[in-house]
Amino acid sequence: MSGPTRSKWDLPRMLRLTNVRILSQVFFFVAFILACWATWTSRLGGYPVSRLLEMDPLVLLSTGLATGHVYRYLGWGLLILAVTLLFGRVFCNWICPYGTLHQLTGWLFNIRKHPDRWKSNQYKKIYTLKYMGLAVFLIMAAFGALQIGLLDPICLMYRTVATAFSPASDMVMDALSAQTGGTFFWDALKFAPGTERRIFVGSFWIGLFLATLVGMNLVIPRFFCRVLCPLGALLGVFSRFAIFRINRDVHACTDCNLCLTRCEGASDPHAQLRLSECFGCMNCIDDCPEDALSFTFLGQDTKQVIPGTNLGRRRLVFSSIAGLIAFPLLKNHGVNTNANYSDTLIRPPGSVEESEFLERCIKCDQCINACPTNVLQPATFKEAGFEGLWTPVMNFNIGHCQLKCTLCSEVCPTGAIRRITVEERMGKGPFAEAGPISLGTAFFDVGRCLPHAMEIPCVVCEEVCPVSPKAIQTRDEEVKNVFGKLVILNKPFMVPDLCIGCGICQTECPVTDRRAVYVTPVGESRSSERRLLLHKRNRPEA
Amino acid sequence: MDNDKPKQNPAYVKEQLSRRSLIRRLATVAGLGTAAGYLTLAPEDWPFSMKDQTGLRSKPVITPLQLTDFRVEKPAMASDVAVGRGPNVEERLRKALDAIGGLTHYVKPGDIVLLKPNVAFDRSPNLGATSNPEIVEILVRMLLVDCRAQEVRVADNPIESPADCFAKSGVGPAAERGGGRVYLPDSNAFRTLNTPGAVLIENWLFFHRPLTNVDKVIGVAPVKDHNLCQASMGIKNWYGLLGGRRNQFHQDIHEIVSDLALMLRPTLTIVDGSYILMKNGPTGGDPSNVKPGDAIVAGTDPVALDAWAFEHLLERGTDFPRYLFKAEEKGCGRVDYRGRVELIT
Repeated sequence: MSGPTRSKWDLPRMLRLTNVRILSQVFFFVAFILACWATWTSRLGGYPVSRLLEMDPLVLLSTGLATGHVYRYLGWGLLILAVTLLFGRVFCNWICPYGTLHQLTGWLFNIRKHPDRWKSNQYKKIYTLKYMGLAVFLIMAAFGALQIGLLDPICLMYRTVATAFSPASDMVMDALSAQTGGTFFWDALKFAPGTERRIFVGSFWIGLFLATLVGMNLVIPRFFCRVLCPLGALLGVFSRFAIFRINRDVHACTDCNLCLTRCEGASDPHAQLRLSECFGCMNCIDDCPEDALSFTFLGQDTKQVIPGTNLGRRRLVFSSIAGLIAFPLLKNHGVNTNANYSDTLIRPPGSVEESEFLERCIKCDQCINACPTNVLQPATFKEAGFEGLWTPVMNFNIGHCQLKCTLCSEVCPTGAIRRITVEERMGKGPFAEAGPISLGTAFFDVGRCLPHAMEIPCVVCEEVCPVSPKAIQTRDEEVKNVFGKLVILNKPFMVPDLCIGCGICQTECPVTDRRAVYVTPVGESRSSERRLLLHKRNRPEA
Repeated sequence: MDNDKPKQNPAYVKEQLSRRSLIRRLATVAGLGTAAGYLTLAPEDWPFSMKDQTGLRSKPVITPLQLTDFRVEKPAMASDVAVGRGPNVEERLRKALDAIGGLTHYVKPGDIVLLKPNVAFDRSPNLGATSNPEIVEILVRMLLVDCRAQEVRVADNPIESPADCFAKSGVGPAAERGGGRVYLPDSNAFRTLNTPGAVLIENWLFFHRPLTNVDKVIGVAPVKDHNLCQASMGIKNWYGLLGGRRNQFHQDIHEIVSDLALMLRPTLTIVDGSYILMKNGPTGGDPSNVKPGDAIVAGTDPVALDAWAFEHLLERGTDFPRYLFKAEEKGCGRVDYRGRVELIT
């Protein structure tokens, strides 16, 4: 490596590719965390907080396959594809925040001694699994079942930060803020400042999912990236065309295998380079004592490379068939159809019709992170079945959908929640004929309602109902209650024509376990199949 | 060599446990054992005992806070309540404040002042559901410039997302333009408050953080229709400092509103008659629910002030809400405002 005369702080040495790579990784990781931090109502000022998702070529390809269209900013995915065609799979080791997390974890905790160290970085047959997974996901997407969000590293990172990491971090900031009193420093670091602590249903599993995959680094270095990552697989398919790549000068090489010591991708730089596995981490160049390795496009030794994916035709056919089988299995599971849908499956405003929604939603949960009232929650099996797992669903026990808020529609990268304006949402101006966007309809459980069943005044629901005129109105009754005292009861009732399903009545209902007023999705305006009223009585007949 | 004998390294020297270290070990075990035994088994009243025979000793002890009385004696000649009328907000406000003795009488240089607007909903100012941001801005400026207050805080615990409510009602930006500081209800901002004499909220979770070290408190409320308690004005405004499941208080709304008058004895109450929410309250939602007006009411007797506003701004006659009489019973003011209200046009 470096001779005795070269100083540690020699400029060319400091500017070597591996150091530039670390700078790039730090930049993108910080940018990603900043984007998650800025995805909050008081900070969103038109910043492209979902750009990393929009740059994800797997999102571009799979939603493109599912819908036949490219939504808003998804064309940014071409940028990463172009980078891949130029330099190979460098996304994985220069940009991807999940890749950075894996590498960092391995660097800190995966302490192996020679020769275990370089042996753990040899290519293994199991690394073709990701290509099989990719084939399954893409076949399913082509038929309209989008599941890439489960494993796509960018979706996975956004989802985990939104639902598991940010509330945990906010807890710490709260404690520090309480310790230091008076100052607002720690409050500014919170992901969701100025509100009570957010909770996310089932976020334990989301956090565990990510943590388990990171923990697998101790078994196989970069386990997720090498074995599972569908985005890495997609880029691996394209990287065979890369112009630049690692090239080994066979005459200079002494077959010492030191290049494997820190090889991130397990791409065999000591032999024929497996181009689709190489992350372009450049560690092998650093580690080669003979300067036999270089990242170049001139003078490549075309014998010393295996460009393809080592998947093989049989396995491709096998995984395609698996995808073909998985699609009807998911779709016919029957919990998320118009004939049978959960009464708690309430989608945020701007959501497209349910079957279209499932073709678009990548479970990145940016909408959930942006939601200022904590009403948006990652769906569990109960609400949305396996197909809709971790898609956004409204839980009106936790919060309500704010009348003049469209943040979830602003941050959604794929148009599952279509970009809407407050005007459209309220049914004002040019949208007057379409009427306001309705998420569902509220109903009373009169057996649990205080004025209806127990002669106790209440009507919080009527008070908070935000539409004018109110969708919850009251009939005033003066009754002698069971203890002989005269009370005035304002008994609430629903006017479904006016209800927009915002759920604030349910959130504020004092019967806090099973609410006496609750919203179900029937009557949601995104679907004609789920309509409730033939005529809205407050509107002139067409 | 003799194969029957076990092999032994003749250079090996055995090291035996010394008496000293044996004693030391035994003493350590005995000491730890005694300490653990004492802590777990000693009766509760012995020093350092951790024993909890009933399960009650380990219950968390909450020491509730108490608020000071923020009232200031008004000048001898000033009236209890004053109504300022005029073409613009600043003029109305100045007239009303001057008639009760001027703001500088109530707030002294170096004071930390809390302004409590009503920012309960995510609504634009013209809908009348939230406090008028213009008043907030002018007041913050008057407090900082005229009264030389050390700090002006603006705080509320809204029903909807706090950040959104402050932003879209215009109150947040207005407060910051004036030089004030907005306190949002973070999860660590609440503590239990003890209000002696209160029926429903003797000990209740309270939005305490903005009130830490505060010298003066001024309420700035809109006038709103309210189905259950008829009207939401100056006293009902303090609802926004409660935390916890405060929505259950609707079961006894008049009791809770009168409790609020007892919970917070403000330096001043200011009620705005510029955008009066006449119906569909307290959320409103349509400009047609709002009646524009030209009056601002300020006073040191919140009960009289609310009574006057109920009759003259909301135009509901003299059949006053029951909570005003209850507040009078609790000693928070007098409903009968006759002869105590000064009108300045």
